[in-house]
Amino acid sequence: MRLVIDSIRRSFDGTPVLQDISFTLAPGTIGCLLGPSGCGKTTLLRIIAGFETADGGRVLADDRVLTAPGVRLPPPERHIGMVFQDHALFPHLDVLANIAFGLHHRPKAERDTRARELIEAVGLAGLATRRPHELSGGQQQRVALARALAPGPQLLLLDEPLSSLDAELRRQLGAELRQILKRYGTTALLVTHDQQEAFAIADEVGVMRDGRIEQWATPYDLYHRPATRFVAEFVGSGSFVVGRCRADGSIDTALGAASAPHAADCPCTPGSTVDLLLRPDDVVHDDASATTAEVLAKAFRGADFLYTLRLPDGTQVLSLVPSHHDHHIGERIGVRLETDHVVAFEPRS
Amino acid sequence: MNPSAAAADDGRGPLLIAAAVAALPITVLIALAVGAIGAPAADMRHLLEHVLPGVLLNTVVLVVGVTLLAGLLGTVLAWLVSSYDFPLRSVFAWALLLPMAIPAYVLAFVAIAGLDFAGPVQTALRGVFGEGLRLPPIRSTGGVILVMSLALYPYVYLLARGAFATQGRRALEVAATLGLTPRQALLRVQLPLARPWIAGGMALVAMETLADFGTVAVFNYDTFTTAIWRAWSTLYSIEAALQLAGALVLLVAIALMFEQRARAAQRHTALGGPAAPRRRLAGWRAAAVTALPATVLLLALVLPGIALGAWALEHAARDLDADWWSAAGRSVALGLMAAALVCALAIALAYAVRARPDGTTRGLARLATLGYALPGTVLAVGVFLPVAGLNNLFEAAARAIGADWPGYLQGTVAVLLLAYAVRFLAVAHAPLEANLGRITRSIDDGARLLGAEGLALLRRVHLPLLRTGLLTAAALVFVDVMKEMPITLMTRPFGWDTLAVRVFELTSEGEWTRAALPALAIVLVGLLPVALLLRRAERPG
Repeated sequence: MRLVIDSIRRSFDGTPVLQDISFTLAPGTIGCLLGPSGCGKTTLLRIIAGFETADGGRVLADDRVLTAPGVRLPPPERHIGMVFQDHALFPHLDVLANIAFGLHHRPKAERDTRARELIEAVGLAGLATRRPHELSGGQQQRVALARALAPGPQLLLLDEPLSSLDAELRRQLGAELRQILKRYGTTALLVTHDQQEAFAIADEVGVMRDGRIEQWATPYDLYHRPATRFVAEFVGSGSFVVGRCRADGSIDTALGAASAPHAADCPCTPGSTVDLLLRPDDVVHDDASATTAEVLAKAFRGADFLYTLRLPDGTQVLSLVPSHHDHHIGERIGVRLETDHVVAFEPRS
Repeated sequence: MNPSAAAADDGRGPLLIAAAVAALPITVLIALAVGAIGAPAADMRHLLEHVLPGVLLNTVVLVVGVTLLAGLLGTVLAWLVSSYDFPLRSVFAWALLLPMAIPAYVLAFVAIAGLDFAGPVQTALRGVFGEGLRLPPIRSTGGVILVMSLALYPYVYLLARGAFATQGRRALEVAATLGLTPRQALLRVQLPLARPWIAGGMALVAMETLADFGTVAVFNYDTFTTAIWRAWSTLYSIEAALQLAGALVLLVAIALMFEQRARAAQRHTALGGPAAPRRRLAGWRAAAVTALPATVLLLALVLPGIALGAWALEHAARDLDADWWSAAGRSVALGLMAAALVCALAIALAYAVRARPDGTTRGLARLATLGYALPGTVLAVGVFLPVAGLNNLFEAAARAIGADWPGYLQGTVAVLLLAYAVRFLAVAHAPLEANLGRITRSIDDGARLLGAEGLALLRRVHLPLLRTGLLTAAALVFVDVMKEMPITLMTRPFGWDTLAVRVFELTSEGEWTRAALPALAIVLVGLLPVALLLRRAERPG
């Protein structure tokens, strides 16, 4: 199913929460709304589910109008499944009955077959008769997913589906979740504040801030071609250095020259100053380099070190360095730029 | 020191304390069993053939009727108040608990006095519609079921409302995303989720109905409790009373089993999320939905309250004499003594469990607090045998050392208090245990490191923290003792009238309106625990 969000607006008590939100999810795509808490992403999800009204704009499922001025299809008639943040399993039903819950208008035999199929799909075949309180957090999450998928919804909404789990489980379940969604070909939209969760599951991510979508792109483009300074800062880590644009399009910095940035989204005119985004992998440790930087702090991460460095002009940058390069704090080490994607913004006034 | 080592250090003391407190109800139960089994076969046959069938049928009809009607009223009212917005909703939400302050036996005599053929309602109606008018008789099986349901529905209402409120919005949203209409969601999600609480409330209603003596006595509706009373007071047949009590205990055990099962199921049945928004009703729907709680409150609270007040005023001038005041004084004195004794026992028990939180101590604590399930009439009969035995022992001991045993233990205030202690220990135990549970071992350890040991620890840390729980427990026991009728009636010292006993005596003489004065005093005191309950329950709104 194709989900079309068209100019959705919503305010609470005069405060705008959603301002003119529009995007489209192609059939079978997994989309994600990523943003800090309070950015409006959950409100948007609830409008799509039909729990909230919109002040303006439309929600379409293929050609079916779900929400529009004067139209609000009741949630039960939308054929939208939802996985809630706290799983919200029915405590009085066992695992199988929870999964079969939404199949109530189908014949008993079909209901059982379908529920068994899903319990298999989420890898809980042995736990059919357990009650929710006897399951671990990860198992509860799988039951919640199976329950939402069982009626074969045209669209699945996921509200921070992994946030109640610990880090290791989050990574593992994220990949599994994506696999299951892809197998059923369900169009899905998740909201989260956690970029790992977004990147692990989604095909396309919309970064939200103060009720607007700042950028809608693939995870790769969000990281390497952030459209705004907010996206650059919110997604991944990095730092800004001052650069001066040269006539040939490249940019001069304290670390040396960076090659020509992506032409379309650079505010460069020859002679102007810009803020250049440097990801930790853009700053490479090289003993042969003439440019040196002082080690201010370091974090050992196993395979590599994340160094915080101070350049001669005082700017701080992050650098990812293989872990056999173990330098002391205060030591000066050689660094150079190695940028595949140069991202620059107008300097902050 | 790790906690298990600490528990081992505490050793036998706590276990002995718990065992001693639990010995009270256990002794009563053993006495009942011995008494009921040890009766001569001839007596047994008489009872089986002539008394038991009628009494059993009446009791079962009453319990089933009241449990179903009170369950229905309580559930429907709780659902309306938590799902819809209608005029006066927020007032109804708490006011529907107020009938808890009116004992069923008070509502009973008010209903009879008001609705009987010669009462003000029928007289007035005949004045309007002519002499031929007849209402269905209030003194009937239907009448007693209706009155008791109006008095007991708050048990179900309170628990069911809590359940509907805590299910929250989430349950309804999940149901909606899975394609359920609101009506289907009510039947398939909301009611099943609330079931353990509704069932728990209904089990409590069943236990209260089985224990009731005052109401059925007023209605002249013969159940186990009135049969025990008759065997005890007019036939002077302790054997017959014991056998009837034994049979009643079996019925109580069934209700208790349901109650405990419901409680166990409550532990895992919450679904979180913010409270569901209430749907606003307008027009005739709002009027219809407002009418139900309004009618219930009118019948269970407002009209009885007005009648009690009017009749009390009518008789106050003549009846408010020295006898009345001494009865009131005895009620208050008994309530205070019982509150002190029961709180002391409950604290000892709670500390014993805290010091030695193993299965045995916990099991003993559960046994000790099961006394709340025993009907007052059963307890009165049950304490008789052990106390008589003890009396004989003392008498023999006195004779052995050449002294005179001055009296007779039966019919002393001590026995009365002992029976109260068994019946109301659970009432005091629950708030104290909850309160003590919040004083963790690390609070103790922290205080010790700061130099507060032993009594200083108790005085400076525990007592201030326990004060709310203690006050609540004492207030609850005090009021329950004020209202209590059968234990007081059957084990009080000769001539020791209390307010509740006066209500019984006046109503058994058909002096309905004169009973209003002592009853009003009981109801006013009874408002106290309801106020406590409201303060706790109404905070979320």
